[in-house]
Amino acid sequence: MNEIIRIENLTHTYGEGTPFRRSAVENLSLDIYRGEFLGLIGHTGSGKSTLIQHLNGLLKPTGGRVLLDGEDIWADPKKIRSVRFRVGLVFQYPEYQLFEETVYRDIAFGPTNMGLTGAELDRRVHDAARFAGLDEGLLQKSPFALSGGQKRRVAIAGVIAMEPEVLVLDEPSAGLDPRGREELLAHIRAYHKERGNTVVLVSHSMDEIAQNVDRIAVLSDAHVLMSGTPREVFARADELVAAGLDVPQVTRVAMALRAKGLPIDPAVYTVAELKAALLALRKGGAVC
Amino acid sequence: MLKDITLGQYFPGDTLAHRLDPRTKLLTTVLYIIAIFLAKGPIAYGVLILTLIVSVRISKVGARALFRGLKPVLFIIAFTAVLNLFYTPGTVIAQFWIFHVTREGVITAIAMMLRISLLIMGTFLLTYTTSPIRLTDGLEDLLGPLKKLGVPVHELAMMMSIALRFIPTLIEETDKIMSAQRARGADFESGNLLQRAKALIPLLVPLFVSAFRRADELATAMECRCYHGGEGRTKLHVLRYETRDYLTLAFYAALCAAMIALKKFF
Amino acid sequence: MSTMLRTENLTYSYPASEENEQPTLALDGVTLAIERGSFTVILGHNGSGKSTLAKTFNAVLLPSGGRVYVDGMDTTDEKLLLEIRRRVGMVFQNPDNQIVANVVEEDVAFAPENLGVPTEEIRRRVDDALRTVGMEKFAKHAPHLLSGGQKQRIAIAGVLAMRPQCIVLDEATAMLDPIGRSEVISTIERLNRDEGITVVLITHHMNEAEHADRVIVMNEGRVAMDGAPREVFAQVERLRAIGLTVPDTVELLYELRGAGCDLPLTAITVDECADAIARCFGKSAKEDN
Repeated sequence: MNEIIRIENLTHTYGEGTPFRRSAVENLSLDIYRGEFLGLIGHTGSGKSTLIQHLNGLLKPTGGRVLLDGEDIWADPKKIRSVRFRVGLVFQYPEYQLFEETVYRDIAFGPTNMGLTGAELDRRVHDAARFAGLDEGLLQKSPFALSGGQKRRVAIAGVIAMEPEVLVLDEPSAGLDPRGREELLAHIRAYHKERGNTVVLVSHSMDEIAQNVDRIAVLSDAHVLMSGTPREVFARADELVAAGLDVPQVTRVAMALRAKGLPIDPAVYTVAELKAALLALRKGGAVC
Repeated sequence: MLKDITLGQYFPGDTLAHRLDPRTKLLTTVLYIIAIFLAKGPIAYGVLILTLIVSVRISKVGARALFRGLKPVLFIIAFTAVLNLFYTPGTVIAQFWIFHVTREGVITAIAMMLRISLLIMGTFLLTYTTSPIRLTDGLEDLLGPLKKLGVPVHELAMMMSIALRFIPTLIEETDKIMSAQRARGADFESGNLLQRAKALIPLLVPLFVSAFRRADELATAMECRCYHGGEGRTKLHVLRYETRDYLTLAFYAALCAAMIALKKFF
Repeated sequence: MSTMLRTENLTYSYPASEENEQPTLALDGVTLAIERGSFTVILGHNGSGKSTLAKTFNAVLLPSGGRVYVDGMDTTDEKLLLEIRRRVGMVFQNPDNQIVANVVEEDVAFAPENLGVPTEEIRRRVDDALRTVGMEKFAKHAPHLLSGGQKQRIAIAGVLAMRPQCIVLDEATAMLDPIGRSEVISTIERLNRDEGITVVLITHHMNEAEHADRVIVMNEGRVAMDGAPREVFAQVERLRAIGLTVPDTVELLYELRGAGCDLPLTAITVDECADAIARCFGKSAKEDN
């Protein structure tokens, strides 16, 4: 696999030269591969937000580099704006950034800033609305008249409409109810599948990460604690717990069962897998 | 980033200057300003400067912080000084091209510079040693008598303290919205004045929407905590004048009297 | 046990936002009684009426029809308004929008100040409340520098300073990260257990209902399910139909039952679930060895 973004020894220090000096990320290296669905997890203060704002050049590294397609994004600071179109970043609670009179115009804000007009702009707005699961009928409404969940989708569509090569979403499901959460993630999964573009999902819910991504990078204390497939990462559940992170509920049940002497594969992390593992035990002689 | 701007120049501490009742400090500041305007002659200014130095020493606020406060008004000070220097009639002591510098001009310029600097440093000392909340409390109490004239003193003080409380929150929010719009290619830095003003719309609209939402939610939360105006309200921190307050007030009153005396007899 | 909160055939409709629209009926005939000292969780998806219901509990919203009684007092009686609000404290979703003052202890003092409590008594209440939520070290801090979970604990302390009999948390954990959420949940569990305060927790996080006495599920402005957590969660299909998920533990047990295992659906916590499965599978596995 080839990487689309390579983060090399990234350091970002806030308040340099003051008593409040603090490194939010320190000497962090991570590759993001082309076309993957990456989950970024870590609790508040682990450096997640600082890290993702480096991916599209909203923050400038105080040390190290961020390479996009092999090129340092800060090689020519004048071109940083074009990086923002290639790496789309959806902030937490993005519904609070809506400002236009209609949903259509708000979604068009990004592509218009790219200099797009006419049929291409129109196509992008409609495509993005579809990916975000917005009905055509909503496009001419005021974004402020929509429900919270719909507003959030408008904001996400506004970034998708720039057709970025990498889509980064910071806690896209925060505050939504279970149904809203599942619908939104289903749309994001469908977008990833259809477009084949790289998606980075930032979350502090292990269950959410476990159910959606191909690969997980765990951030803790300003650096990458571990990365790998969900299977690989959750197999090291003990380390995650030691680092103060959550693990999926199913993993915790599996851990408890192993502690009781049941031979469950440590890499099990979904309901279906644990069910299969348990039923296999039964076939192996256990009667229920 | 906006976050880095220091707001409210309060320097926490536990000196006599910090412990004084905020009303005392407000009143002494007023007295000090009166004294500045009454001041005449080198002795008077000497006394005022000495008073400031002693007050600053007591408060343990660094002299550098105090001078930094002067920086933004340096231009105004220089401008007034120059104006006085050249436009005060009197005995000419130097002249070049069309400008005449008079003896009176030099004296007035120096006096002006001193006045403005002392005035600003004096008020800065007040804000440096008094938290905004205490300041608001003090103002509310001092302006209390105006309630009888129908001035909504409590409401104004409450508004002021809520505004102070929300400044950091709104700055953080501005920062966040700005980043979010920049992530969509918004450009706040380049272009002419009109373009820049237009670029602010994507920032200001969400900011206003959010401020109204916050105000609405805060109002509900306040009502849920039994807020019903200033009537029958008690306080966690009751303002009380101590001996130190009376002494400080007496000292500054004496300072004013001294200024009047110096003006009369010298 | 006596009744803390009682609603009688309660309806509430929000006025139409635009002229040609119908007013939306958010609550449609809710009759409930919440016992003093109980811990009740109200679940439901967005728009189910759960938040509206919460807001009628201390007269933030007044019924369009029916009645709400707080400790026997009718919430529509304006003379009783302060009494009602003093008894039923509210904690809201956004921690930033309910903190009034610049200093933590001043914020906690806000309610008793409004109630005209004498200064020495305010001091005592503020110190007590901050100690109860474990935030006494932060008394002199600026609230905007605290974490989300800490801010919500300050908000809870601010309510506690009224010495309320009941605390209603209206999606107070929705904006918090897992650490903040568990801070808040353990705080209110302690309040309920040690101080005997009636707790009504509105949420859509199923796991928060684990330790509740009672779960009420709202749907379309009505009470759809009502019972002990294990009774409610056992009805996996009904919950799914309403658009709610069940905890993964219950989901697992449900799936295993479907595969013919004899397991109870009432093991909600991780430990209970593991115990139940181990009892069922482990026993025979050991016999095999």
